[in-house]
Amino acid sequence: MLELKNICYAAESAGQGKEILQDVSLTIDDRFVAITGPNGSGKSTLAKVIAGIIRPTSGSIYLDGEDITDLSVTERARRGISFAFQQPVRFKGITVKDLISLAAGKKINITEACGYLSEVGLCARDYIDREVDASLSGGELKRIEIATILARGTRVSVFDEPEAGIDLWSFNNLISVFEKMYRQTKGNIMIISHQERILNIADKIVVLVNGKVDRQGSRAEILPTILGTTACRALTDKMED
Amino acid sequence: MDELEKMLLMQVADLHKVPEGAYNIRKDGETDGRRSTANIEIVPRKDGKSGIDIIVRPFTKNESVHIPVVITKTGLQETVYNDFYIGEGADVLIIAGCGIHNCGEQQSEHSGVHSFHVGKGAKVRYVEKHYAEGDGKGESVMNPTTRVEIEEGGRMEMETTQIKGVDSTVRVTRASLAKDASLVIREKIYTHGKQFAKTDFSVDLNGEGAGADVVSRSVAAEESSQEFLSRINGNAACHGHTECDAIIMDSAHVAAIPCLTANSVEAELIHEAAIGKIAGEQLVKLMTLGLDEAQAEEQIIKGFLS
Repeated sequence: MLELKNICYAAESAGQGKEILQDVSLTIDDRFVAITGPNGSGKSTLAKVIAGIIRPTSGSIYLDGEDITDLSVTERARRGISFAFQQPVRFKGITVKDLISLAAGKKINITEACGYLSEVGLCARDYIDREVDASLSGGELKRIEIATILARGTRVSVFDEPEAGIDLWSFNNLISVFEKMYRQTKGNIMIISHQERILNIADKIVVLVNGKVDRQGSRAEILPTILGTTACRALTDKMED
Repeated sequence: MDELEKMLLMQVADLHKVPEGAYNIRKDGETDGRRSTANIEIVPRKDGKSGIDIIVRPFTKNESVHIPVVITKTGLQETVYNDFYIGEGADVLIIAGCGIHNCGEQQSEHSGVHSFHVGKGAKVRYVEKHYAEGDGKGESVMNPTTRVEIEEGGRMEMETTQIKGVDSTVRVTRASLAKDASLVIREKIYTHGKQFAKTDFSVDLNGEGAGADVVSRSVAAEESSQEFLSRINGNAACHGHTECDAIIMDSAHVAAIPCLTANSVEAELIHEAAIGKIAGEQLVKLMTLGLDEAQAEEQIIKGFLS
């Protein structure tokens, strides 16, 4: 279980502090929590605060009761937090197999690599020896990023807009990956998303607006309040571009 | 051979024991073992200079030649001339390398001058590793010079690796290519401490359809410095590509100077050079997988030079 208590984050911009997150308090103890909201509402910042990439200006974070606010990215990762980047990072010379091995924390064999890659719809044979570099498409990188999270199998997995930058065909496959993950996970999954189909499999939905929790609750309570709003339509349009 | 010499052989030539096929092992300035085969002849030079001639008969296929050098005597300085004659249509692997263990106070130095005559349609893969170690104050210096002439339709792939240990190196490579000949060079260098490494490639693409691809990846750490010069001269309808990709760390220095000369309107030449530190997001990504910063850095470098 992950708890955020009164998280504030101000970014310095042109000499002026801009409040990106304002007094955000959340409890992530459902199997699948979706964070949604308009662009610029602080969703990605919130995900980075959880992973330890961004330090909050004030507030505390607890993982299963332990205060992890002052822990580094590495220490949080070792305690069981995984973070999937919105734009996966490329590496020259590091192969898909290397990266999944690093994620799993041990050398993995081809059968194990194949297991993780087939979960995300990639044929292991074609990919394990490929470098995680510019030769891979955005959709392929995204799936490999998700495979690294599966290989880690941690208590809390945070996905920052997994749908961003992938085509519609890949998107359909991505949804089935998350549906399967939902069925199999023993931990908590938190996804930042604008996609109705992702929100549709969430147990809990949190809506962030202007750096504040605007509303949160079960899917049945929240989803009807989002669908059809101008904000959501604009975001759907963005996906279709 | 003692354990130390065996270890150096392992480092430069992946050899645990006497290799298969033709070989010449040079130890502290002397020949320590040599074998010719039916198709590959290794003989001392006739001009009185130190070194050997390696003659590969035409159409010799799938054979290899190992010519490692190990130096464990401090203060030994030598220049060795090895000439390779690769017959028409042959296809061979040549593994060279130099390992220095310098525990003394004086400078140990090996300068290998290798000349390749690659015959018509012949293929050569040339692998060269440099390695040095030792806790003495004496420096380990290696200055390899490689001269390559490739006849029509011939091909040479050259992989050179120098990972740590060598205090100073100036690597000079000169190549000239005839019609439809090709040359691929892959260089990997890691320097640290106060080491210095300079590479200087110059390739003349003289024949129609000739092609060269010269790629260097390097990491300069601590106070080390590197210079990369690469010149491709396109003298006919040809393709040339040169690339230098360097990671710079700490207070190291890297200079990359690619140079292209086209003397034919049909010459297609490209150069790329990039120098930069390890990207912060790469470190963060590996840290989200549970690695600490030093481990993340090590993995990134290991991958980059793999």
